[in-house]
Amino acid sequence: MLAEIKLEYFLIVSTIVFFTGIYGFLTRKNLITMLMSTELILNSVNINFVVFNKYLYPENLQGQFFALFIIAIAATEVAVAIAIIISLYRRIKTIDVENVTEMKY
Amino acid sequence: MESFSFTIIIPVILFVSFLVIGLAGGKMKPIISGIIGTITLFFTTLLSYITAYLYFFDFGKLNNVYQKIIPFNIEWLRFTDSLIIKMGILLDPISVMMLVVITTVSLMVHIYSIGYMKGEKGFSRYFAFLSLFTFSMIGLVIATNIFQTYVFWELVGASSYLLIGYYFEKPSAVAASKKAFIVTRFADLGFLIGILILSNITGTFDFILLTDPNGVAISQGSSIIFVGLSSMSCALFLIFIGCAGKSAMFPLHIWLPDAMEGPTPVSALIHAATMVVAGVYLVARLFPMYALSAPAVLEFIGYVGAFTSLFAAIIACTQTDIKRILAFSTISQIGFMLVALGVSKYGSENSLGFTSSMFHLFTHSMFKALLFLGAGSIIHAVHSNDMKDMGGLKKYLPVTHITFLIACLAIAGIPPFSGFFSKDEILVAAFENNFALFIIQYIVAGLTAFYMFRLYFSVFWNKNAEYKSQPHESPKSMLLPLIFLAIASAVTGFIPFSKFITSDGISFDSHIHWSVAIPTIAIALAGIFTAMYFYKKDSERLSGANSNSIYKIIYNKFYIDEVYLFITKKIIFNLISVPIAWFDKKIIDNTMNGIASLTNFISDKIKSFQSGQLQQYAYVMVSGMIVILLLALYLFNQ
Repeated sequence: MLAEIKLEYFLIVSTIVFFTGIYGFLTRKNLITMLMSTELILNSVNINFVVFNKYLYPENLQGQFFALFIIAIAATEVAVAIAIIISLYRRIKTIDVENVTEMKY
Repeated sequence: MESFSFTIIIPVILFVSFLVIGLAGGKMKPIISGIIGTITLFFTTLLSYITAYLYFFDFGKLNNVYQKIIPFNIEWLRFTDSLIIKMGILLDPISVMMLVVITTVSLMVHIYSIGYMKGEKGFSRYFAFLSLFTFSMIGLVIATNIFQTYVFWELVGASSYLLIGYYFEKPSAVAASKKAFIVTRFADLGFLIGILILSNITGTFDFILLTDPNGVAISQGSSIIFVGLSSMSCALFLIFIGCAGKSAMFPLHIWLPDAMEGPTPVSALIHAATMVVAGVYLVARLFPMYALSAPAVLEFIGYVGAFTSLFAAIIACTQTDIKRILAFSTISQIGFMLVALGVSKYGSENSLGFTSSMFHLFTHSMFKALLFLGAGSIIHAVHSNDMKDMGGLKKYLPVTHITFLIACLAIAGIPPFSGFFSKDEILVAAFENNFALFIIQYIVAGLTAFYMFRLYFSVFWNKNAEYKSQPHESPKSMLLPLIFLAIASAVTGFIPFSKFITSDGISFDSHIHWSVAIPTIAIALAGIFTAMYFYKKDSERLSGANSNSIYKIIYNKFYIDEVYLFITKKIIFNLISVPIAWFDKKIIDNTMNGIASLTNFISDKIKSFQSGQLQQYAYVMVSGMIVILLLALYLFNQ
């Protein structure tokens, strides 16, 4: 079944997902939404890894392992990011990214 | 040689004494530091006498020639394999003689200072500096190489600076110490350049190699020509500039009269007996080089010496400050020594000038130290430096009077006192080699007798001075050195110097030439009687009441100080320093300030990039990535 879908289609989907993520990261003001956008970027990369592995080097498994690895990293990243957002909320009572200008000169 | 290895103790204990007194001086009673310094000096004097005895009578001679012995020499700085600076001890006739002179005079000055400086603030500091000075002076004379000489040369300069400025609350003392330091520093610049040229030509610093008459240094050095002179002559001339600065030769003599602001014993030790003759000593140390490869420079030294001695003697005849007279007399006598060196030739029989110069150095340190210490005793009694405040002191200060009279007779050259013998030898040497210099020195000998007895008669006779409090004789600790030095000034003339000190180490016989001696005694007596006629009764004459314009010019020391002030203040400061200061303030400072404010301006403009807006950073990052991507696509698709 998988063989009937061409490689290019997967790449189109992953590109769309990737740029959706970029767009969301650049335009959304809510920190949680921005975090979700980065998840989208990561997932599009995951798709690429798995697909390239399957279509180009079916006898190897590195791509799939890499995808698993990224999922794990993403999970930890989310944990850290959420923790930061929560403490930020406690501090300035908002999670709007435009109000977070602590790192200004 | 093994038997002299104990000489290393001499400088080491002096340095230890300096450290102990200098560091712990504040904690102990002042008198204790005086006693420590004196005892240390006593031991070094003893050791120097032992060294001199062993050297001159036991081990110094080999095949009838006095050897140069190096009992101790260590590597101090190693720059490259060929450039090594050593520190060590060199014993030869002149350095052993200087050891005796320095330690004797220094010991006398230490004993004297215990009485003279009693109750002064900074008594311990004074003794610490005295130890430092004696240490550096000894390091200077026993140096094995010219670089070690230079190091200690600067150290004596520094300790002289410290001691001249001993009364640092007095502005005139501070000015005098600065003047002494700066003038000698200028001269030392010449010395340093001279050392560099010399060691560049000869490839060594070592005195033994440099002064070996058959060695490479002397035979090779004169072949290289630079601005019309052989480069050896240039080097030796520059070294002589250093000597002229230290020995207060014209025109670098201006610091010495002012240096009398220091305590009187210091003047006796540093500015009469030891440090100021360091220049003569250095010329004597390098004498084979001067005599064999730069005779023109040596002759020049003779003329400088003669001119300075005449010049200083004339000024001394008009001064009224007792210590200044002695200072000018010192300059004049050092001129004598340099004349003796200038007319000398290398080789035992022909080196009468060399021998007599060292002889005069020796006797001069004894009687000039005595004169200064005597002057200190007078000042102690009268509380004034000015001869106009003195007179009739004969009956108040009997011991000082007798010792001072002996010293005056010695410096005037009346037999059988020491000055007669050394001065006679100098005049004989000048007579045989250079008649013009002989005439000048003959006149100076007469002037010397005149101004010394002018001083003597106005201080000790001349009855009409009134004192607020009765002047009293000085304590025993001050009289003891006076008596010792008086005996030394009276008898040291009988030492047969030509047996011990010659330019090449071979002894010869010298005897008094009555054909020169009798006219010399005659002119000295004439000077004395003139002084007696003018100053024994009459005190008005002293202040120069009936003076004319020539007298005023001489009294103001030929306005040399004013010339220096004019050159420095008007010419150097106005024409060079002011424009340079302007350049520094306006151009250099403003360039630096401009760079700083430009940086400030630019960073103010670009700091808004650092907005703290996360998404703005992300925009920049993404657009950058896109640019790089497009660039990569463009480049790799070609």
